[in-house]
Amino acid sequence: MITFTINGEQQSLDVDPAMPILWVVREKLGMTGTKFGCGIAQCGACTVHLDGEPIRSCSMPLAAAEGREITTIEGISGEDGGINAVQEAWISEQVPQCGYCQSGQIMAATALLRDNPSPGDADIDAAMSGNICRCGTYKRIRQAIKVAAGIEQPSSEETAA
Amino acid sequence: MSELETKKSERSAAAKWSRRGFIGAGVLAGGALLIGVGVRPGNPVGKLAPLVAGGEGEQLVNSWVKIGADNIITAIVPHCEMGQGAHSVLAQMLADELDADWSMVEVMQAPTDGSYIISDTARLFAAPFTMNAADWLEPTWDGLFTQLGRLADVMITGGSSSIRSTGQYQMRIAGAAARKMLVGAAADEWGVPPGEIVTRDSTLIHEVSGKSAPYAQFAAAAAEQPMDSSPALKDPKNYRLMGKSKRRTDIPAKVTGKADFGMDAKIPGFDPADLSYAAVRRPPVPGTSVTAMDAEAAKNMPGVQQILNMSSFIAVVADGYWNASQALNAVTAEYSQSKSPIKTTADQFAAFAKALDDAGDDGGDMAASRGDAASTFDNAPTKLEAEYKAPFLAHAPMEPVNCTAWVRDTDEGAKCDIWTSTQVPLMARSAAAGALGIDADDITVHHPFLGGAFGRRLENDYVTMAARIAKATGYPVKMIWSREEDTQKALYRPADLSRFKGGLDADGKLVAYNNVFTQRHDPAEASVPGIYNIPNTSVRVAPAELHLPFSAWRSVDHSQQGFFIESFIDEAAHAAGADPLEYRLAMLGDNTERHKAVLEKVAEMSDWNAPRAKGTGKGVAIVESFGTVAAELIEVDLTSGKPKLLNVWTATDAGYVMNPDGFRNQIEGGIVFGLTAALYGEIDLVDGAAKQSNFHDYKMLRMDETPAIEVAIINSGAVPVGGAGEPGTPPAAPALANAIFAASGKRLREMPFAKQFT
Ligand code: FES
Ligand code: FES
Repeated sequence: MITFTINGEQQSLDVDPAMPILWVVREKLGMTGTKFGCGIAQCGACTVHLDGEPIRSCSMPLAAAEGREITTIEGISGEDGGINAVQEAWISEQVPQCGYCQSGQIMAATALLRDNPSPGDADIDAAMSGNICRCGTYKRIRQAIKVAAGIEQPSSEETAA
Repeated sequence: MSELETKKSERSAAAKWSRRGFIGAGVLAGGALLIGVGVRPGNPVGKLAPLVAGGEGEQLVNSWVKIGADNIITAIVPHCEMGQGAHSVLAQMLADELDADWSMVEVMQAPTDGSYIISDTARLFAAPFTMNAADWLEPTWDGLFTQLGRLADVMITGGSSSIRSTGQYQMRIAGAAARKMLVGAAADEWGVPPGEIVTRDSTLIHEVSGKSAPYAQFAAAAAEQPMDSSPALKDPKNYRLMGKSKRRTDIPAKVTGKADFGMDAKIPGFDPADLSYAAVRRPPVPGTSVTAMDAEAAKNMPGVQQILNMSSFIAVVADGYWNASQALNAVTAEYSQSKSPIKTTADQFAAFAKALDDAGDDGGDMAASRGDAASTFDNAPTKLEAEYKAPFLAHAPMEPVNCTAWVRDTDEGAKCDIWTSTQVPLMARSAAAGALGIDADDITVHHPFLGGAFGRRLENDYVTMAARIAKATGYPVKMIWSREEDTQKALYRPADLSRFKGGLDADGKLVAYNNVFTQRHDPAEASVPGIYNIPNTSVRVAPAELHLPFSAWRSVDHSQQGFFIESFIDEAAHAAGADPLEYRLAMLGDNTERHKAVLEKVAEMSDWNAPRAKGTGKGVAIVESFGTVAAELIEVDLTSGKPKLLNVWTATDAGYVMNPDGFRNQIEGGIVFGLTAALYGEIDLVDGAAKQSNFHDYKMLRMDETPAIEVAIINSGAVPVGGAGEPGTPPAAPALANAIFAASGKRLREMPFAKQFT
């Protein structure tokens, strides 16, 4: 039996402690916002936070979460319970294409901005280069991080035209 | 507006969009309604209503428009959403013609209904729509897409066709027709001439009498009105939504993790924790089968439910994907011998070389011919010869291949439900029907968002596999391919070898162009340098067998041909001692005003004539594909000894862009896709099997390598309008190769580039 907290709720599960957190979250808990992309810690689609730190959940066994706090894309939100500033910026900059990588991108960006409220390009490169976007939305991810940080103004529908 | 207010309005906008996003994401998602040509004569709403009218008080006005009692208008969109923004932009086109209030428009994926199979998409694929730039091209009508078009099950999201075909010929007509029906219904009720009624923001207004009503009030009566299948469409000066960067309806759900992809399929009545999962392994070499399987070690592993030898693959079904894949690793197997003589990459290229040798200077199938290329070359004062190579490539969509199937016996016989990410839902249905031996009408295909596709999800190999697994088990199974399976056992952008002989006259003008290669799939004009005026041209294909199976890969033949042709043209420019951009401008043929404009635009954007820092270089390439002309200009820095991408400037002309921001996003993505292939993309053959397996050796461009990208849009008004999804990709590799040459004098004739700098 492994006990951990996920998005603020305590869970005790009787599953193989070697099972990666990714599959526990997706299949046992039915939270499918966290994605499978590679299974070998290469793409970041499966990024969640473990005690606030971004980890590759495909390559982290559930045993590592014993007594700790997991946060997934379903568990991040703004102060009023709505979407957070990163998610808002993802909308204003119209970042996603297929969207499949974006839960992981947003989890990585959220952790970056918490640790570094005003990241420069090199900080963004360092924090985000573990996350692949096959659709190639990197330019917009960079811009959205700066918007979320308040370094750049959000695009409106009018300015985007 | 203060910053706080900005945030607040952003947030309320987000709340509104979220709701719309969920609906787009598949609450009502069914299979696919194939809608090919515009609005058919006679209104089929009676038949379609049960399929799409979900909410109480909703009225289907015509096949593509429904109106709720709350005046919410739903655009029913037949294309799949794979990140290209088709759902949203098609709704935008419909809503504009309908004079709808955009803040109250929602999008719904069209459900399956096989009786509406007519295809304008097929017609578009069949038409050589870029002929004006290549009028000396020998028309060929049997490319891949045309073949697909001849099948009954045409419902394709591909070929950059959503706006060009469905948008222009269906959604706009549907919106305009619905508007006319609403006006007709109000005119009857109010006893006024229809011409006196104006429409605005989903409201009917009769100014003279002061009467007005929301569309919802007349939705039911409108459905009874005659439907005009060729209503007047708006003049561009009256567009309110078309041409505007309206935010995409699918995005809010994609920032909260709530968007459902095929991988996230939930089966009604099944707790996700109780669902069964399959891990699969196909034989490593294409065309071989499983001859023996040893599952002893695997069968007692945790959670294992069934281990299936399906001959063409092995499946382990378990209580979760992790357990299934662990057990699959413990299954050993033997495979039949491949009949293919090709075992290695070198073997494949030797086969290409032999085909080209056999074709010589004039053999093979003619793709384009003009003048006398062979003798002009022989007599040319300057001769250029070059051989170009492109490797096999996997599509590697971010969402690995997966498919969930449930086959069950009912009182009405066998039924099947399929949940999968697909570009071709109706073909997926046929594939499952074939695999199961049941009628397609007994199969429902649910297709939520696609986590990327790039052509991979035009194929139904995985649908067939999932259907067979589900038939064997009798309970629902979600089959997931590992990334390794996805990379190594897929279908591929073909490798190719292309040989050029070019002759320059005394002035440096390219007067002879003789080219032969082995792969021609689609579009037919991709291999033809049709935008240039070259008096003697011979473009030929000498077909050679491919060891790995073909499938269309973003921009299809343009993905190799763009690299081959635009690199060779650059070689000619340098051989002539000319500025490569000026050389191209001087060589442009008839009807190339758009090409001239995009080249001049990228020159201006990049400050082409500015002095360049030592060790840096700029390269240009121009490719017309899928109706869009795209020039890309790349700046690279080689001072570290390895190429570092600095800038990409792109100018595009798609005729008229319906959503500029969405278009730019597609072009930006297409460039990154092209640069990824240029720098890293390569599937090698070892012992007849694909070698690269996952992102550690099948590398993708990442954040820290991505250059600044600037996209300019020119709306020349050319018709038909061009696509957005593919045209960004083809010029990227040649522009980079040409930039590397400018920086270093090193001419790269083989992709990928990165490994050539170690
Ligand atoms: S799925 Fe975990 S890093 Fe790719
Ligand atoms: S948006 Fe498709 S992979 Fe990133």
